[in-house]
Amino acid sequence: MSALQRFSLFSRGQLVVLGLLAMVPLVDLFVPGVQLAAPMRNVIVFAILALGLNIVVGWTGLLHLGIAAFMAIGAYAFGILTCEIYPFQVGFWWGVILAGLIGAFAGWLLGAPTLRLRGDYLAIVTLGFGEIVQDALKNLEIITKGTQGINPLPAPTFPGFVMSAEHPFPWFYLYLGILAVIVFLCRNLEFSRLGRQLFAVREDELAARCMAISPDKAKLKAFAFGAALAAVAGALSASLLSSTGEPSNYDFQISILALCIVIVGGIGSITGVLVGAIVMVGLNNVVLPQATQALQRHGVDSTANVLSSPDNYKYMLFGLALVLMMRYRPDGIVYSRKAARK
Amino acid sequence: MTPTEVFMQQVIYGLSNGMIIALVALGYTMVYGIVELINFAHGDLFMLGGFFALTIVGALGAAGVLDIAHMGDHSNWLLLFGLVIAAGVFCGGLNVAIDRVVYKPMRKSPKLTQLVAAIGVSFIIVNLGLFWGGAPMEVFGGGNAAAASKDFPEILEGSNLLGEDSNIVLRLEDLAIFIVTIPLMIALTIFVKKTRLGRGMRATAQNPVAAKLMGIDTDRVISATFLIGGFLGGAASVMWSLYNNTISFQMGFRAGMDAFTAAVLGGIGSMPGAMLGGVLIGLIRAMSDQYIETRWTNVVVFGVLILILVFRPSGLLGLKQREKV
Repeated sequence: MSALQRFSLFSRGQLVVLGLLAMVPLVDLFVPGVQLAAPMRNVIVFAILALGLNIVVGWTGLLHLGIAAFMAIGAYAFGILTCEIYPFQVGFWWGVILAGLIGAFAGWLLGAPTLRLRGDYLAIVTLGFGEIVQDALKNLEIITKGTQGINPLPAPTFPGFVMSAEHPFPWFYLYLGILAVIVFLCRNLEFSRLGRQLFAVREDELAARCMAISPDKAKLKAFAFGAALAAVAGALSASLLSSTGEPSNYDFQISILALCIVIVGGIGSITGVLVGAIVMVGLNNVVLPQATQALQRHGVDSTANVLSSPDNYKYMLFGLALVLMMRYRPDGIVYSRKAARK
Repeated sequence: MTPTEVFMQQVIYGLSNGMIIALVALGYTMVYGIVELINFAHGDLFMLGGFFALTIVGALGAAGVLDIAHMGDHSNWLLLFGLVIAAGVFCGGLNVAIDRVVYKPMRKSPKLTQLVAAIGVSFIIVNLGLFWGGAPMEVFGGGNAAAASKDFPEILEGSNLLGEDSNIVLRLEDLAIFIVTIPLMIALTIFVKKTRLGRGMRATAQNPVAAKLMGIDTDRVISATFLIGGFLGGAASVMWSLYNNTISFQMGFRAGMDAFTAAVLGGIGSMPGAMLGGVLIGLIRAMSDQYIETRWTNVVVFGVLILILVFRPSGLLGLKQREKV
């Protein structure tokens, strides 16, 4: 690894993707009738979620099927810390930061007893944890307001400036900025001592142990970092909606969407995850709903025929993406250099 | 109702549901025993079995062959067994086909790659279930609201077998579950213990390479395992639909997780373990519904799953007499 690589802000690929994202509002300005900046904020949220998952799945080689639970923990932590019905009201910025810390703690809590498990068992435990968190949030109505969700939640603020739903551009650029910071952090984590430890554990646990790396400690850190990023994504998403939404918004589907992003984009590659987020969330949140609405405007009634609504192909899309990628390109679209070298 | 009666009632619920869970769990455990794959799509295959059975009922009804409301004592049992076998064959065949198309080419891939592919298959099947629910048949609500739950007809008349005065209710459905599941489990045990193919399965489960060297056609054994596992799942789906009177394209996830928990609880890879685990999970669910709260039951089941995996990953019967298949 060259010194240049270590100290550069972003890699070329990351710079290209972030730059392209930064130009999205231009599309809104110059193409009439198109509004991309608002839904693209969701893409950014999911990119952050998937970057968190990537630390666990891509770099450490642990299959995590419950990342949505940490997103939920982040969203609800943000909700409880910032909503006016609770006494804390720490504001947007402290809310996001504390949500991330609480998420990291939750990740550590789940990881500590379970990380010694075999790969497929660990996957099922994380899945089970995801379901437990969802049900617990739904049932602990006194704290979480059950299915109503906690609302209203604050939009991001700067001194003398408050984001609002009518003007999505500043909001979009703020989230893009947060994403850029997180990409920068991930990139530095990748080339740090811990990052190299994680790769070592992924490639061969025994060999890593021989190099005086503690796989358990390394995995636990990966879990905590991943959970922290997922929780930050949850907080940002809650702020976007001005509500935590109901607990079932953070269900298994979301975990699988995040997994699809990581796998389709290229396991282990930050640039790949960004591309994967744009492709998968773009399809899921932008293309499919818009296509459905367009068809409805043209008189295709999707309630009469289930096949005529593009929205109904979501599961198929996720499923095919996973099966085909596993079958033909288990390393993803954008090859991780490390995976390719192997 | 006295506390004892309440308890006995929950035991009946628990055993009935538990036997169904056990059938599904067998499908997980057999496949895991042979190819070490958590067949994530198994629960959703189970869901498709319910839709297939409902389609047959609807088609027979539309053809005028079947009139559920006025069926004799014998014809409804005949219909039930027919549905069990039909859905079983359907799910078994589909399971084999999925194995051939998806899992077989990646048999040598890392385990997690296969698991992710199985999750993908699961999502594809869920989507097929959603489409199936939009079928233009009367039993599916004429194609409207594809995502809605579908009513499954009461094939067996539901009077209390313990007499009208009894506080404890034992329905004909409960009885039917035992009449269907117990012989299936006995037949399966005999098959695995006594037949040539069954012996091949046990050998393949112990050591695939050695089994191949001994002249066992392991590919055929694997197909047979998927076929039998799928058959049991299909049979279970008919009993489940009959018992709950409603099916939905999303029911596979929950049922699958219950069954997987049962398989792990009993010791994954162990057939008696899956049966025991299924009954235990059924009982745990029933007791949790009664003595904790229904809305916490799933948390209890997943809690059991996590605790078992963390503290005793080999399950109750998995460690010493580890007889896979």
